Amino acid sequence: MEAQPAVRVQAPAVPEPREGQSVARLELKMAARDVNLWYGEKQALFGVSLDMFDSSVTALIGPSGCGKSTFLRCLDRMNDVIDGCRVEGDIRLDGEDIYAPRVDPVQLRARVGMVFQKPNPFPKSIFENVAYGPRIHGLCKTKAEYADVVEKSLTRAGLWDEVKDRLDESGTGLSGGQQQRLCIARAISVNPEVLLMDEPCSALDPIATAKIETLMDELKKNLCIVIVTHSMQQAARVSQRTAFFHLGKLVEVDETSKIFTNPTDQRTQDYVTGRFG
Amino acid sequence: MSNAQAIGPTAPNLDWSSDQAQRRVRRRYAADRRLQAYGIIAIALAVGLLGVLIASLISTGFPAFIQTKVELPIYIDPAQVDPQDPGSGKYRALVREAVDKVVPGIPEEQKRSIGKILTSDAAYIVRDYVVDHPDVIGKTITLPIAVSDPFDQLHKGVIPKEMDALNWTQVGWFERLDNRGLVVEHDGRMSLKLDVYVNPEIVEAGPPPSGNFAVLAQSSLKAYLPRINDTSLVDMLAAEAPEVIGARIAAEPDIIGKTVQMYFPLSPHYAVLAKGETPKVLNPRFSQDQLAALDILDGKGLVRTPFNWELFFNADSRFPERAGLAGAITGSFYALLVCFLLSFPIGIAAAVYLEEFAPKNRFTDLIEVNINNLAAVPSVVFGLLGLAVFLGFFGLPRSAPLVGGMVLSLMTLPTIIITTRAALKAVPPSIREAALGVGASKHQVMIHHVLPLALPGILTGTIIGMAQALGETAPLLLIGMNAFIPSIENMGLLEPATSLPTQIFSWADSPERGFVSRTSAAILVLLGFLVIMNIVAITLRQMFQRKW
Ligand SMILES: Nc1ncnc2c1ncn2[C@@H]1O[C@H](COP(=O)(O)OP(=O)(O)OP(=O)(O)O)[C@@H](O)[C@H]1O
Ligand SMILES: [Mg+2]
Repeated sequence: MEAQPAVRVQAPAVPEPREGQSVARLELKMAARDVNLWYGEKQALFGVSLDMFDSSVTALIGPSGCGKSTFLRCLDRMNDVIDGCRVEGDIRLDGEDIYAPRVDPVQLRARVGMVFQKPNPFPKSIFENVAYGPRIHGLCKTKAEYADVVEKSLTRAGLWDEVKDRLDESGTGLSGGQQQRLCIARAISVNPEVLLMDEPCSALDPIATAKIETLMDELKKNLCIVIVTHSMQQAARVSQRTAFFHLGKLVEVDETSKIFTNPTDQRTQDYVTGRFG
Repeated sequence: MSNAQAIGPTAPNLDWSSDQAQRRVRRRYAADRRLQAYGIIAIALAVGLLGVLIASLISTGFPAFIQTKVELPIYIDPAQVDPQDPGSGKYRALVREAVDKVVPGIPEEQKRSIGKILTSDAAYIVRDYVVDHPDVIGKTITLPIAVSDPFDQLHKGVIPKEMDALNWTQVGWFERLDNRGLVVEHDGRMSLKLDVYVNPEIVEAGPPPSGNFAVLAQSSLKAYLPRINDTSLVDMLAAEAPEVIGARIAAEPDIIGKTVQMYFPLSPHYAVLAKGETPKVLNPRFSQDQLAALDILDGKGLVRTPFNWELFFNADSRFPERAGLAGAITGSFYALLVCFLLSFPIGIAAAVYLEEFAPKNRFTDLIEVNINNLAAVPSVVFGLLGLAVFLGFFGLPRSAPLVGGMVLSLMTLPTIIITTRAALKAVPPSIREAALGVGASKHQVMIHHVLPLALPGILTGTIIGMAQALGETAPLLLIGMNAFIPSIENMGLLEPATSLPTQIFSWADSPERGFVSRTSAAILVLLGFLVIMNIVAITLRQMFQRKW
């Protein structure tokens, strides 16, 4: 992977960035409407509405503490495990309300995978790390099937060649970038429809970052990816649409090229040009 | 960012080379060193005290690890032991005959006292051996038989064969008289030169002279040592000393009513003392004949001091030379087993629930506070609880290891719960998130990821809790787990039992000299078990330790 230019605003995936047109070609995967969220007494999200499309990358940007992670965690109901966290509003996956009582959060998390900021492989073998998801969901029956899933997932995560000879070694013995790709392999091993990534490259060096970015390009072909990032360049490089958050509110969401070249809101303008943050 | 310059320096500029700054640096270094020194002193103190404790235990406990025994050749006389029923032979007679044979010529009236050299259990040792090996009937066997406690102590040099005949106060009186030049040699005997007022109210001139010469002699001696009111003072003068007065009056009747100087011979012990030696007497526990018999046995090379395996394999006994810890170890084992089986699963389940599932509300807060306080409750209170509830209400048997284990588990539960919760808390949240993220349910996160990672901590806590329970005495005493267990054959969960700490307690309470060293030895054994448990804890911890 050759070095990226400092800021390279990608050409929009869809030629004409007129309202509504670009999105029409993509299929709506997840939709959030009027999401309010409280941590105890304190409100962290204020009426956030955002559409996320299949086969594309949606980037969430915004200053620290503005609620990007919080919003991302709403999408696979990871906030459920936080004491005193309350969510209001409507979040749909393929038109189905994921907060409906009959939706099982555990099954939901198999459909909506997540990659975290800090690589967090299980302290088990590389094989076990990837096979764990299929195992608990009963996706495979024979050993060969597991081996197959592990190989495919690692290959898609671009890690297979590096680890194929040491699948029995601990996942924690890998380098940071390899660990993060292992986590991606783990997340995609259960065939999720949506992949949420919370600052997946913030702990990595530029080369590992570049690898993961290429990987995202590859993965997004049959996935809906939502990524939180602090790097404007990264958002510009990998995403098709970008949402700007500020103080718990969604300020603006649009084609990535539009956000970076010609945002509507003054705050977005200030943020992407580095005037505050 | 660009704002930083606008704010400017946050503190006035400091001259780092100024005297003030350098003084501050020196002070900081000094404070660092002081803190280090305090730590080193504290550790040295702790290690020193521990060393003193262990050293004193080892020095007093060491004699208990060897046991004086007599290799006694015994002829198993078929006339005394019926081969059909070896259990009910006349073994006491066999042992007596055997002793007779190695120490010939004991007069009949001495036989009992010589027999006391051997443990009172000697006949049973022989019986047990013959019952196990019936083919020895009609043959001569050589059995090592423990000697009874006083002789064991004598042989190990714990108690002396001879003792000082006079105590230091008696020696003190004598020295006072000696310093005044009253101790002189007279007529070839060491004597006291005393002024005697020949009281006409006590003596009569006779002839022959009569009166209470002994009182006269005593009162004249007492006059030299005023304010001493000890009857043993009389023993200073030889038994025939009063006759000196009689003889003198017979020779010079006119001394009646006058004060004259007389020479009273000293009693044998004081005579020795007067010669500058220390008078000795035979230890009153032993008779001359017993010591002579022991010397004969020793001379024949029959007295041995092998390692005292019986300390580990014998159950308790009234005779220290036969008492061992097997019953106590078995009892402790059963109690700890019950304690572990109860407190380990319950403790982990409670900790997992409180840490991972319980809602945070007043009620769970209350439970948490109570568990933490429970760990600080004195163990004797748990004993009372066990006494009232397990014995009183549920009617479980007294002294049983089952009840002991239940009471101990009340004590270990808080420890296990608290350490397990700490271990669960220490598992990094990223592991939970990772597992939740791939769609693991709460219990899968727990069982597949969190518990295995917390296991080293949990095991350490459990073993430390068990070690505490092993050393716990008060609650076991309260439920009566200090029974006298002379045999481990019938021990079980519901049978009366004793335990290591309560055994130590009862031995410490026993007057026999042999139990003093056995108490220390038992403490060493208990400490040994604790050390082993801690080593196991550390090993397990390192074995399961994984990094993440
Ligand atoms: N578990 C929590 N309990 C209470 N408040 C929380 C919790 N998590 C986040 N918050 C608060 O919610 C707000 C949004 O936090 P969030 O983590 O979503 O920010 P962010 O945009 O991801 O920031 P960053 O870019 O620094 O990661 C912050 O004010 C934070 O203090
Ligand atoms: Mg965040």
